Amino acid sequence: MTAGASATPASPPEFVPGAPPPAAFSADVWRGIGRENPVLIQMLGLCPSMAVTNTLANGLAMGAATLLVLVGSEVFVSLFRKVIPGEVRITSYVLIIATFVTVVDLALAATFPDISKALGPFMPLIVVNCIVLGRAEAFAAKVRPVRALADGIGMGLGFTLTLVVISGIRELLGRGSLLNVNVFGPHFEPWVFMVMPPGGFLTLGILMLGLAWFAEARRRRAKAVA
Amino acid sequence: MTMPHSHGAPPTAAPRASTPAWRLVTTLAVAGAMSGLMVSSVYQWTLPAIEQHAAEREKAAVYEVLGAPARWDTLYLVNDALTRTAPATKGVARAPRAFVGFDADGKELGVAITGTEPGFQDNVTIMIGFRPSTGELIGFRVLEQKETPGLGDKIESDTTFTTQFAGRMPPLRGVKGATSGGKDEVQTITGATISSRAVVRIINNAIARWSPLLAAWEEGGAQ
Repeated sequence: MTAGASATPASPPEFVPGAPPPAAFSADVWRGIGRENPVLIQMLGLCPSMAVTNTLANGLAMGAATLLVLVGSEVFVSLFRKVIPGEVRITSYVLIIATFVTVVDLALAATFPDISKALGPFMPLIVVNCIVLGRAEAFAAKVRPVRALADGIGMGLGFTLTLVVISGIRELLGRGSLLNVNVFGPHFEPWVFMVMPPGGFLTLGILMLGLAWFAEARRRRAKAVA
Repeated sequence: MTMPHSHGAPPTAAPRASTPAWRLVTTLAVAGAMSGLMVSSVYQWTLPAIEQHAAEREKAAVYEVLGAPARWDTLYLVNDALTRTAPATKGVARAPRAFVGFDADGKELGVAITGTEPGFQDNVTIMIGFRPSTGELIGFRVLEQKETPGLGDKIESDTTFTTQFAGRMPPLRGVKGATSGGKDEVQTITGATISSRAVVRIINNAIARWSPLLAAWEEGGAQ
């Protein structure tokens, strides 16, 4: 891995090619939750969105863990953005992300052993969650740490929110409970299909369909007014 | 080779002098060292809590499967024989162990052992409490399982399944539907026959393995 590729600009700080346009802290946060939601709009992190959303507690824990990793990695990537040469930037980002995943994994095992047990093998796999590497490369590496922090919080919350919705629907239909508390009473026959892997695909597909339909309807309405 | 992104003007790929190799190597070396330092310090810092949680989980399981003993002794399996002294090797927590429980008057309540075998998806580990003198089961508790959520994981959560093991005499048989009341019969969970049978198999094999060891231990004066 020597100095072969020279196309990546090791940029001057004030004019970064491809840097996001300036925005307020709150705008950076809100973007991740809504308009650029990592799962529903960017279609990133679909694997954990299926694999760990069989119960609400799992979805919530996975979302929170990813949020912590995102914030930590984005801030660190941004802090070191001028020191890391372009040729080894992806390697460095992966190293930073892997460090934070390990730290969060250990901290979770020490503080919430039950949740850590439930997440099991999915926790270390946050390292290869495209949301984290994607935001490091596309955003954090081009902005100041404060904006990276805002983006990490926003994307993390957007991811958590989506996981909570998916896992809430799946647990409710597949077990008749929410956070292990029975909702429908003893006469509800759980739709076990929903907590198995196909239920994840179905739920996510229907969510995306609904969102696309809603966006299309709004676009049409806007056009009709204009 | 610029990455696609959703913001701003198209990047201008201005040709630049490439970074010297020594800088790339130093960057990665320093980053690696920092990362290693961070991970190892967090590991050191969290290790006591993590070990304590594991010990607590085990303690709770022993307490449950032996029917609330007042105290218990730990026996270690070293060189095919039981001994009261822990082996000096590393990873003591992983060494096979049996827990002999006593009530407040010092009467032996039973022995708790663990067994691990494949279930429906991954290994299932359970702790089993039984009375070696009669061979009667006291109970069991799932320590680790990754069975299908909502189906196989009922071996842990379905109380009609888990409580029926008390007083049964292994070797057990898993029966679908109603049992005929035999001392060796347990009713499998509807929709989770494989996971239920895995529990039965683990109990049978663990007791078959540990019974002669415990008998030899008792014969040797329980030292």
